[in-house]
Amino acid sequence: MTRQSKRIGQAFLARQLAGAGRYRAPATLLPAVLRRVGLADTYWRLSSPLGPVYVAHSKAGISMVSRASSPADFERAFARRHGRPVARERGVAPSSIAALVRRLTSPERRKLHYDLRSLSEFERAVLLKALEIPDGEVRPYGWIAREIGHPDAVRAVGTALAKNPVPLLIPCHRVVRSDGTIGRYSMGGSRAKRTLLSLEGAHPETIERLASRGIRYLGNPEGGYYCYPTCGGDIERVVREYRLPLHDEREAHSAGLAPCGSCRPPALAA
Amino acid sequence: MVEIGRGAPDPLAEALARDLDGAFESVVREYQDRLYSFALRLTGRPEDAEDVAQDSFVRAYRALQSYGAERVRSLALKAWLYRITLNVARNRFRGKKRLFVPLENWNASDDPSDRPDARAERRRERADLATLVAGLPERYKSAIVLRYVEGLRVEEVAAVLKQPLGTTKSNLHRAVNALRDAISESRRNRRQAS
Repeated sequence: MTRQSKRIGQAFLARQLAGAGRYRAPATLLPAVLRRVGLADTYWRLSSPLGPVYVAHSKAGISMVSRASSPADFERAFARRHGRPVARERGVAPSSIAALVRRLTSPERRKLHYDLRSLSEFERAVLLKALEIPDGEVRPYGWIAREIGHPDAVRAVGTALAKNPVPLLIPCHRVVRSDGTIGRYSMGGSRAKRTLLSLEGAHPETIERLASRGIRYLGNPEGGYYCYPTCGGDIERVVREYRLPLHDEREAHSAGLAPCGSCRPPALAA
Repeated sequence: MVEIGRGAPDPLAEALARDLDGAFESVVREYQDRLYSFALRLTGRPEDAEDVAQDSFVRAYRALQSYGAERVRSLALKAWLYRITLNVARNRFRGKKRLFVPLENWNASDDPSDRPDARAERRRERADLATLVAGLPERYKSAIVLRYVEGLRVEEVAAVLKQPLGTTKSNLHRAVNALRDAISESRRNRRQAS
């Protein structure tokens, strides 16, 4: 007995027991837990200027906005993106959210919680910055890159915006190309983007008319500063009153103008 | 008593302290296989294991809701979650003598260097071992399973079981000895039978 038992060491036991391996939790476990603690996602179907959209949310915030051809289609897209299921919400959407999706311009936008957990730190920073662009205004990709402290990451900003899980609510449609042209849009292309900007009073045709002449900023010599054309949410007024069209920061600098503190165009690099 | 809540800061605990609802899903994803496996070893039946694991996470969530941020931040999540699972299973099967039943599938990983006959032998020994572990008194069983099957550190085992470290160490020591004896005994019986 003693000779035999000496040969069975602790290491042997440990190895044998560890050989038991680990079992995988069934796929039903996570959704069941989330449902029971009130963290499961549900969705509404709401009217937007681009037609019906599906808006998913949980206690963690609004998790997805998408145009899908059917509820089943949306549920599949949600599962693909988030790796968890979504169920149709029985109750009606809060009127603040329904109104925001319908009209787009509303101070509610920044008060809502967004579930951006699936994104990287950088992607989150890009989207939260886009959230700051006021109603009726647009900014170039480079503006976001600069504002979040990655001035060279202009392309990455574009990629991050294209991954926006909550378009319309986080207004990635307010970010345009650096030459002033409207650019692409994940939820229905540049036509949809123009539709949304028109509705918000950003006058995309005026933005593009200036862009086609190479005008990126408008200077206000009396005030001593220069702005993005949509600054203040009224491009027609800025065009009418500011009078000094500028092609780049150098021209602004030569005219003795400083960047506007509100829309924050770039200063001439030292 | 070994307190749960010492040691290096855990990024998940930190995330929970900042935003419980935002971080809780990550906690479930991170620990669901561990808690389910542990629950399966405790109960022996997949349906029961899923219920126990589910209840454990729900209980954890409700507890976290009631804790202050500082307390959440300093939680040793792993040991804390195992302890909740153990308690849920104990309550569920109170007085039923069901905890830690042997599982058939203990041969998940074979040593590839073994010859086929040696592999079969080892598999049989593992199955025997599972039965032997299941036959130990509960205070030994929980310590052995947490330490060697679940791979927790001795300090973590003590924290799960709410024991002084010394008690855990001596329980583990005794449990290993008991298993050794039981294995020797079963080997001797097999030899005599053949």
